[in-house]
Amino acid sequence: MSVATAAPAHPQASATGRTPRTGRLSEAVSKAGLHVAVIALTLAWITPTLGLLINSFRPGGAFNTSGWWTAFAPPFNFTLDSYRAVLGASDLAPSFFNSFMITIPGVIIPTTIAAFAAYAFAWMKFPGRDWIFLGLVGLLAVPLQLTFIPLLTLAVHLGLTSGNTLPFGLNAGFIAIWLAHTGYGLPFAVYLLANFFRVLPQDLFESAEIDGAGTLTVFFRIILPLSVPALASLVIFQFLWVWNDLLVALIYVGGAPEVAPMTVNLANLTTSLGQGSNLLTAAAFFSMIIPLIVFLSLQRYFVRGILAGSVKG
Amino acid sequence: MSSVTYDHVVKRYTADVTVVKDLNVDIKDKEFMVLVGPSGCGKSTALRMLAGLESITEGQIRIGERVVNNVAAKDRDIAMVFQSYALYPHMSVYDNMAFPLQMQHMKKDEMDRRVKNASKILGLDPFPKRKPRALSGGQRQRVALGRAIVRSPKVFLLDEPLSNLDAKLRGQTRIELQKLHRELETTFIYVTHDQVEAMTMGDRIAIMNGGILQQVGTPGEVYDHPANLFVAGFIGTPTMNFVPVTTTDSTAKASGFEAKLPKSVAAGKGTLGFRPEALTDRPSADGSNLQMKVDVVERLGSDQYLYGQVGSDQVTARVDPRMKVAPGDTAQLGLDTRSIHLFDAESEAAFF
Repeated sequence: MSVATAAPAHPQASATGRTPRTGRLSEAVSKAGLHVAVIALTLAWITPTLGLLINSFRPGGAFNTSGWWTAFAPPFNFTLDSYRAVLGASDLAPSFFNSFMITIPGVIIPTTIAAFAAYAFAWMKFPGRDWIFLGLVGLLAVPLQLTFIPLLTLAVHLGLTSGNTLPFGLNAGFIAIWLAHTGYGLPFAVYLLANFFRVLPQDLFESAEIDGAGTLTVFFRIILPLSVPALASLVIFQFLWVWNDLLVALIYVGGAPEVAPMTVNLANLTTSLGQGSNLLTAAAFFSMIIPLIVFLSLQRYFVRGILAGSVKG
Repeated sequence: MSSVTYDHVVKRYTADVTVVKDLNVDIKDKEFMVLVGPSGCGKSTALRMLAGLESITEGQIRIGERVVNNVAAKDRDIAMVFQSYALYPHMSVYDNMAFPLQMQHMKKDEMDRRVKNASKILGLDPFPKRKPRALSGGQRQRVALGRAIVRSPKVFLLDEPLSNLDAKLRGQTRIELQKLHRELETTFIYVTHDQVEAMTMGDRIAIMNGGILQQVGTPGEVYDHPANLFVAGFIGTPTMNFVPVTTTDSTAKASGFEAKLPKSVAAGKGTLGFRPEALTDRPSADGSNLQMKVDVVERLGSDQYLYGQVGSDQVTARVDPRMKVAPGDTAQLGLDTRSIHLFDAESEAAFF
């Protein structure tokens, strides 16, 4: 261990040649540096978002002629027109509903499958386990676009297209897109959860085994409650990915309005309304509301989930 | 009956990795048996085979009359306390203890009665709702014990349960465990690497080394009559003195002294063993005296340890604290030959 790292642990160790005072000073300087860096990064990320927000309150077309920051100089010319236009668009409500119809099963299905699979990968012994796991993780590297043609062909063969209606009036296009998101989400989900499960102490499982808990009991009574942070982060990741997805939705259900989610609908705003790109700003903020709610309500788990496994909790 | 029998038990991981070799032990009903040995000696594996956490490569393990080789861990009617306690972190003290009973689908009121009873025995009744992270190390350890007690198992297995506690708490818990053993009247099998725990707690001790059982006996037996050099050196602090000797009839000749042997033996080479307390500041009645060139003196108040050279051998003596001696002195010591041991130079087995 170097002297520099040892010093804070032993403030009285003046033998290191550094008085506590200079130690604290250099600590403050390095902390300030960290803060500056974090603030700079935050600004870099938030500035375009802020521009988008301000543009959404400016009259249509204004952002073609002047920067968003000019809005802070007179004449103050703010308007809710863009929001009115977006909310007034006829197919907004169904597409909002469709987004939920796609996202909720698109999160629940892969998370559930991944949790079971990860348990098996982490704690059950079966032949070829490590190779299968390796293959699964390798799937993370497969580009999404490669899968479109074969999977879409399969979906059409199975009748899972937006033109078909299943029992209970369920549009078959939803099934196709749920399965697609399940497939795309699974490798990462299994990888994340298996890594988390693997570092749970073995003694717990052995103790549970002696106590008489079977495999499923261990899963539901011990692993799942202990894995809430990992599950929460996975749910956030998958939710954001599915909610914000345009490509997969566009490919698997096309523009069919009875299945199309918000993202598809918003992308159509510009074309269907001609010079409506100012509407995009308002629409983008409208569609951000739900992911923000999800993120903020789960984020305390999210932070713990990222740390999970690296720090013994 | 809840005796435990290891009958020619072998644990082999691969063809050339054998961690337990032909283990034969009979543990009596209600006995407190301690398995002790250095780390990697196979003691934990032996316990885990009994618990059902490891398969048995060869031989039989019986609980009572029942062969348990192919019985699932949960059906062996045992309970185990782990070194890490293995408490369920998301469950309260109460739920941790109730968990094994819930698994047996026990009726609510009976479960409640048992958990409350165990909590009272262990002094855990003030905080049934607390989570393990809000407990001290000693309390966690007691919850782990409680989880074992509620099941009223035939056999308690304890795998180094005290090694995560600080020294003072360890001493207390040692006594509490002995009391608990007496109250519960159940067979306890206790694994430790600490010979002090083994000596103080065990009705009998089984000493293992390198996967091989060295000796089984009461603490007194293994201390006074070690079966071989390993046991003699493992049990007791400071460790026994070992001095290479040449024997002729009933005399053992070392580099710096001669000792009268209590029995005559064949002429040859061997290792003479005597504990530090076999050396006294009084001359020996049979003339087995030695001069120690003292290097270090440790005064502990109740005792005084002398470390030094006798001839060309390192020797430790535990003498009366009133004996006046300083480093550099030559101390005249008498050897009590009633408690000396002689080991075969090759096999390391004890002649006496």
